[in-house]
Amino acid sequence: MPMLLLLYLEFFKVGLFAVGGGLATLPFLYDLADKYTWLTNSMIGDMIAISESTPGAMGVNMATYVGFQNSGVIGCIVATLGLVSPAIIVIVIIYNVIDRFKESAIVKHIFYLLRPVATGLIAAAGLSVIVLAIFGTEISEFNLMSISLKAVALFIVMLIFTRKTKFHPIVAIVISGIVGVVFSF
Amino acid sequence: MKVLIDLFVTFAKMGAVTFGGGYAMLPILQKTVVEDKKWATDEELLDYYAIGQCTPGIIAVNTATFIGYKTKGIIGGIVATLGLIFPSIVIIAIIAAFLKNFASLAVVQHAFSGIRVCVGVLVLNAVFKLWKGAVKGKITGAVVIITCALAAFTNVSSIALVVAAGVLGILFSGKIENIESSKKTEQKEGNK
Repeated sequence: MPMLLLLYLEFFKVGLFAVGGGLATLPFLYDLADKYTWLTNSMIGDMIAISESTPGAMGVNMATYVGFQNSGVIGCIVATLGLVSPAIIVIVIIYNVIDRFKESAIVKHIFYLLRPVATGLIAAAGLSVIVLAIFGTEISEFNLMSISLKAVALFIVMLIFTRKTKFHPIVAIVISGIVGVVFSF
Repeated sequence: MKVLIDLFVTFAKMGAVTFGGGYAMLPILQKTVVEDKKWATDEELLDYYAIGQCTPGIIAVNTATFIGYKTKGIIGGIVATLGLIFPSIVIIAIIAAFLKNFASLAVVQHAFSGIRVCVGVLVLNAVFKLWKGAVKGKITGAVVIITCALAAFTNVSSIALVVAAGVLGILFSGKIENIESSKKTEQKEGNK
């Protein structure tokens, strides 16, 4: 099979079966590394570090990185398109189903509880980012002594800045990145 | 055509500043898509996000597809998604080609530690805004807190939580809705 077609199909599979975000793609990538010589476990390690320190969705970044290692810029594009193709198909189908039944009692009942659950999930994600940013650890390894006072100060300043001014969140992100470099966080 | 370009550019901007995955994108989505462009409401964003958790694919991509599709049909869904992934392709290709040790550069790590603090603040702000759309009374409020605790402190998967919410919703939402809405009317009458 031509390499690019193989790349597309393999990432199509990853996109189809990795449910629940970027990290969910990892087990599938390790499977690929077992199967093919063009992907190794140590490349996946590098890739996680790079995906986490560049903008963009993690899964997309990982597909792009593997695609590039495999076949250059065209590989990036093919792998990423493979990854997002199933999502586009599935979401279009789901959208139409919901749209058709959105006035039905069952769909309304589902969403009545789904919204608070989604809010709770986002809050949990926020909590884990805050703990990581301020204490430098995962929630499970939480240690009060590892607190970074610089991070606490930036957190408070940014909380006030984002609430009292009308700037776009992007501005706050850029400023925080610069502060991180200048004060070596 | 104008809408399509707008979709592409808007999502490309989001793809360029989203560090750390789907939840980090949410505050920016909320500001841009709900408040500025009015392509969706807070409630719809929460719905898409919840569905994005338990359907195949990257959550950020799923949400982009939803909003693009809602705005401009299938082509809108594709364009929004392509916009979102465009910056990743450019940035990763450059890094993979020229900066093999990018992630271990001190300057990148410092910038990233700063950005992480900000992402925490932004997600916190987003939660307060979304709370208003999702919480209609004490029961739904408790659901937010319980879900947050389960997701943060246990190994329960978010897919399981979303599916449980769907099933419990079908069974009990009617009753909960009655309790929460009747309390509200009582309060209003009490205020009079």
